Amino acid sequence: MMAWAFDALLAAGLLWLGWRTIASPSLFKAVVLFIVLGLLMTLCWARLGAPDVALAEAAIGTGLTGALLLNTYRLLLTDGRPPEDRALEGRPRATVFHLILALLSMGLVGVLGWALLILPEPAVDLGVLVQMRLDESGVSHPVTAVLLNFRGYDTLLEVAVLLLAILGVWSVSETITAPQTPPDLIYDSILISALIRLLVPLATLIAGYLLWAGAHAPGGAFQAGAVLAAVGVLLRLTGRIQPAPVAPAWLRSIVALGLGVFSAVAIGALALGGNLLEYPQGWVEALIVTIESCLTISIALILTLLFSGAPGLQRHWP
Amino acid sequence: MNPSELLALLNILLPIALIVLGAVFFFAGTVGLLRFPDVYTRLHALTKADNLGLGLICLGLAWQAEALAIASKLLLVWLLALLASTVSCHLVARYALRSGIMPWRRKP
Repeated sequence: MMAWAFDALLAAGLLWLGWRTIASPSLFKAVVLFIVLGLLMTLCWARLGAPDVALAEAAIGTGLTGALLLNTYRLLLTDGRPPEDRALEGRPRATVFHLILALLSMGLVGVLGWALLILPEPAVDLGVLVQMRLDESGVSHPVTAVLLNFRGYDTLLEVAVLLLAILGVWSVSETITAPQTPPDLIYDSILISALIRLLVPLATLIAGYLLWAGAHAPGGAFQAGAVLAAVGVLLRLTGRIQPAPVAPAWLRSIVALGLGVFSAVAIGALALGGNLLEYPQGWVEALIVTIESCLTISIALILTLLFSGAPGLQRHWP
Repeated sequence: MNPSELLALLNILLPIALIVLGAVFFFAGTVGLLRFPDVYTRLHALTKADNLGLGLICLGLAWQAEALAIASKLLLVWLLALLASTVSCHLVARYALRSGIMPWRRKP
């Protein structure tokens, strides 16, 4: 009964927050509500017994996306004036046309939901199949087995998308002058230094643990990379690292490291006479750990660079 | 009621009391956040909920924890929240003060 009440509250809260996020006239409020929505989503995934998704939602969907949105909001401020003041002037009023659109959308959602409900039982139960052949995957956690072995090409392409994103930022960032942290925002407070001294090693340790735990428990490269990127965001926000106009060669190589190693292993398997991404017998576990480690470092650096909106980064100790 | 029964009853009731007390702190903090007049007093209400409320709830949950590892994880959660809430409260208050927001005074 208690669990049912909690779930109902969670679902109602999720819907309400989603509506408020869209309906809020203030952009800042919408961003904050979106972050809270992400936190509730994390709870939902945890309640559904999907800790891997919950971790990814908390670290990437809420933490880093929230930081990116807040950063974008700050860049949209003109003379400290929020952008919505200007956007609101031309805001259209709800009309009959909007009402019809809303009804049609709801109808579409209804039809899709109905289609989902009348789907026939799948001929092959993929979950059972994964559990049956888990021994062959080199890891004991089924989610990692799917992500890095059974459907490795999905993960490979995801990493390629992330690399494309940072290439996109690099190709336009010449026209954007990345804002340096203004002098008064570089907090010289002793509390900041104390926080960094405690949090940076701790977060690095957690990232390392998540990476290692991925083989047998919820965790893995994306979650570990996101936690490591949070360290980068913290250092960037406190002015410990500053945007740099160019990306040096070593930084570019680290950005490409994850996809490079993953692709090399995938093609190497092909060269050894197997299929694409078919790890050679006896090497599965070592290869997966190697790929995940390289992915973690690349993902962390790419996310930090995306947050900074700059080609490169440089150290700066106030 | 013999002493062992009393102890067993306390073992059940004490964590519940701690969690309820923690929830009271969160409730008071939320009311304070909504009702207090300026940013400084609201921060005061909010950090009380974070520090004491979360501490009491973690203590209540740790009491019921099956293993020491779970109890120490709850302690770690509380310590990390303390750290984050202290520093963020300090930064918000300092930013507000530097932006020229004067602390609220009761009108004479």
